[in-house]
Amino acid sequence: MSAIRTILLACAALASFPAFAQDPHAGHDMGQMKAGPEEVGTAPPPPVPTDHPADAFWDASRMAKARAALSQEGRFYGNALIGDRLEYRATNGRDGYAWQVMGWVGGDIDRLAVETEGEGAFGEALETGEVRAAWRHALDPWWNFELGARQDFGLGPDRTYGVIGIEGLAPYWFEVGAHAFVSNKGDVHFRLEAEHDMRLTQRLILQPSVEIDAAAQDVPELGIGAGFEKIELGTRLRYEFVREFAPYVGVHWERKLGETARLARADGESASSFSAVIGIRTWF
Amino acid sequence: MQSRAYCAVMENNVLLDRRRMLLGAGVLGLAPLFPTWAQSGHGGHRSGHRSGKGALAGHNTGGTLSGESIALSIGEARYAVGNRAASAIAVNGTIPAPLIRLREGQNVRIAVTNTLQEQTSIHWHGLLVPFQMDGVPGVSFPGIDPGETFTYEFPILHPGTFWYHSHSGMQEAVGLYGPIVIDPATPDPVTFDREYVLMLADWSPIDPHTQLRKLKTMGGYYNWQRQTVGGLLKRRDQSLKERLEWAKMRMDATDISDVTGATYSFLINGHDSLANWTALFAPGERIKLRIINASSMTNFNFRIPGLPMTVVAADGCNVQPVEIDEIQIAIAEAYDVIVQPAEAAAFGIIAEAIDRSGLVRATLAPQPGMVGAVPKLRTRPVLNMRDMGMDMSGMDMGSGGEIDLSKPANESMDGHSMKMRDLSLAPGVKPGPGVATISPMPADRLADRGTGLENEDHRVLTYAELRSREANPDPRTPTRQIDVNLTANMERYMWSIDGETMSEGAQPIPFRTGERVRVNLINHTMMPHPIHLHGHFFELVTGEAGNRPRKHTVNVLPGGKASFDLTADAEGDWAFHCHMLLHMHAGMMRVVTVRADKGPAA
Repeated sequence: MSAIRTILLACAALASFPAFAQDPHAGHDMGQMKAGPEEVGTAPPPPVPTDHPADAFWDASRMAKARAALSQEGRFYGNALIGDRLEYRATNGRDGYAWQVMGWVGGDIDRLAVETEGEGAFGEALETGEVRAAWRHALDPWWNFELGARQDFGLGPDRTYGVIGIEGLAPYWFEVGAHAFVSNKGDVHFRLEAEHDMRLTQRLILQPSVEIDAAAQDVPELGIGAGFEKIELGTRLRYEFVREFAPYVGVHWERKLGETARLARADGESASSFSAVIGIRTWF
Repeated sequence: MQSRAYCAVMENNVLLDRRRMLLGAGVLGLAPLFPTWAQSGHGGHRSGHRSGKGALAGHNTGGTLSGESIALSIGEARYAVGNRAASAIAVNGTIPAPLIRLREGQNVRIAVTNTLQEQTSIHWHGLLVPFQMDGVPGVSFPGIDPGETFTYEFPILHPGTFWYHSHSGMQEAVGLYGPIVIDPATPDPVTFDREYVLMLADWSPIDPHTQLRKLKTMGGYYNWQRQTVGGLLKRRDQSLKERLEWAKMRMDATDISDVTGATYSFLINGHDSLANWTALFAPGERIKLRIINASSMTNFNFRIPGLPMTVVAADGCNVQPVEIDEIQIAIAEAYDVIVQPAEAAAFGIIAEAIDRSGLVRATLAPQPGMVGAVPKLRTRPVLNMRDMGMDMSGMDMGSGGEIDLSKPANESMDGHSMKMRDLSLAPGVKPGPGVATISPMPADRLADRGTGLENEDHRVLTYAELRSREANPDPRTPTRQIDVNLTANMERYMWSIDGETMSEGAQPIPFRTGERVRVNLINHTMMPHPIHLHGHFFELVTGEAGNRPRKHTVNVLPGGKASFDLTADAEGDWAFHCHMLLHMHAGMMRVVTVRADKGPAA
């Protein structure tokens, strides 16, 4: 029990100090650490030891296991599944639906992020649908790099894309994503998304959102023209009964742009659509 | 084995208690099982018995363990507060755990049996014990495996109020905590007629690992007191200009606590306000309250409206008496106070969460059945520039006392940057996603009142008001100093020291045996961090040297600094960490090594 002896010796040694402790020259500045009678030295620190004194008292292999467990304790590994939008869209024509669901699994710095979104009208084939999977890597306190793949499964040919982008939290609490997509046919697309949670009350939250899509070239088989393709604007007002369950109402407007709009009109479609939405935001 | 026999006797006591408790509780039905010391209205401990030997004769001793040989059995339990129940971990069948009451100068053997399916441990918080008995798995010992009995054995070197808790798997959040009282070998300098232990705690039916997952997904998950547009229209909280400045920096001025009253029940001795734990007194008596904050994540504002409190000890160490009206008691801190109610009235004993998301009321009354008043929750504080690490003292604040953050630093700032993440200001910090902010001008906040108590119009204790009753044992001026940076990213819910966690391979903090070192804790986050060093008391660097307050835990206020002088006199390996349980678990922890000097650093 050498440590006990050490402590007892130290206590005995320290007990002889009190007279010395009544230093009349002790600092007079209350609470402040200004220089004065206490000039802290600049001695170098000792080296970091590599031994484990507990091994002298307990089974060394159990200690090694315990040290390994402790060093892993703070290594977070978790997951989340967030149904950001699961909504019914009431519009001029046939009413439709849309979803946007994301999930992740992994640690603080590296995660596998999966996201799916799409929309369609009831009684018709699915209009757009995509699923994305990406390696998400934390770059700094606010931003993540993403590298992955996207598979489309809506109308038209089902393309596969490579995805590269960033996403994160911009100043003023804007959730922002900016991604580039390169398809297996070589066409290149861009998407910028942003949304903001504005708390009207603790539970009533107004969420404006915007998405802008652009293409580097014409992709006639997808009805896409070079330049800006599409803009989507939405505002959703949700009520957070709990974080995990928040029904909402809102509006959603989207408009095809430029050549993409012309192609839509040529197809007999409207370039823009407006819908009232009702849905739920949920977490698992 | 001796301890086995003891265990049997003790279990009888617990059973007796259980029966007595059930008779008493009757209508409550699902009432949790309390050890005697924590039962309501049990009359407290008479100080007259403190000069006797062993257990307190003439009182219910079922929940109090004394003597040289003690047995603790850690097991699964069910715990209920109000109408919420969840699985929990109990010691000898009770939550809080039994009171361990020992005498300075004795030896003790404590056999701890683990009946759980997972590893456990017990750390003797504040007791100076040999490092291998300190109870931190992976640092001081291997931990206690399922089915194993581990016997701790150590001498009791000093008196005071302490506590014990698990250091494994966040088990203290689910009940594994209890008080320790060490009676002095010589007469206590502070006389009293009656004494009570008050264990403050927070309890949630949501497992702490689940809480962590929620917070990793959304940093503000438990905060339902954020600033709103509605509040702005009612001119509450910050002005629009301030809100925009803070929003630009992605900082939330209402981020006071991570886990809040949204999920927590706040408890005194295991009782919520409704259960109204009651301490009895006779008018005119001097009553000693030994207050221990055993919470996982809640710093409390403690007060007894209408009754001044005289603080006589902090973290088990005697201090010169100081009369105050309110104390902010950070997690893992302990204060002994004397109160002397003159009238035969019921007083509310109030522990309010610092984010004001809830409180718990116990009662101090001349007879059972009386109820102390519950004060209204005060307004949730809003963090300010000082909490952001901008020391405004002695600075030209310009018109209206506002600082334009978009402007570069002016000369009066001594060339200090006002950027919120200038890593050059904290060279010891490893940059990374886990470090969202660096305090540009951290102030020494030992003389500051705790968060939210800045403008209370009664006396609020600050560390600077504490003076040790005995002269500090080591008058040497430190031969060196180190900075310990407390770092975080609230949005990602990452917590670290110097930007690094132990899981990322952070090195221990080394000390030479017997050396005197000044440790500067610098808080780069907007949340207070109660930092606890195992195996030592240190002196807070506040006021004149000689009688500085000795503590084992210091709460470093947001954006501020706190320095302590340490005599590294206990050879071995020790844990050093934030006592906010989720912060520690997420990485705000280090090993401190104390070794005989083998020459200068390589």
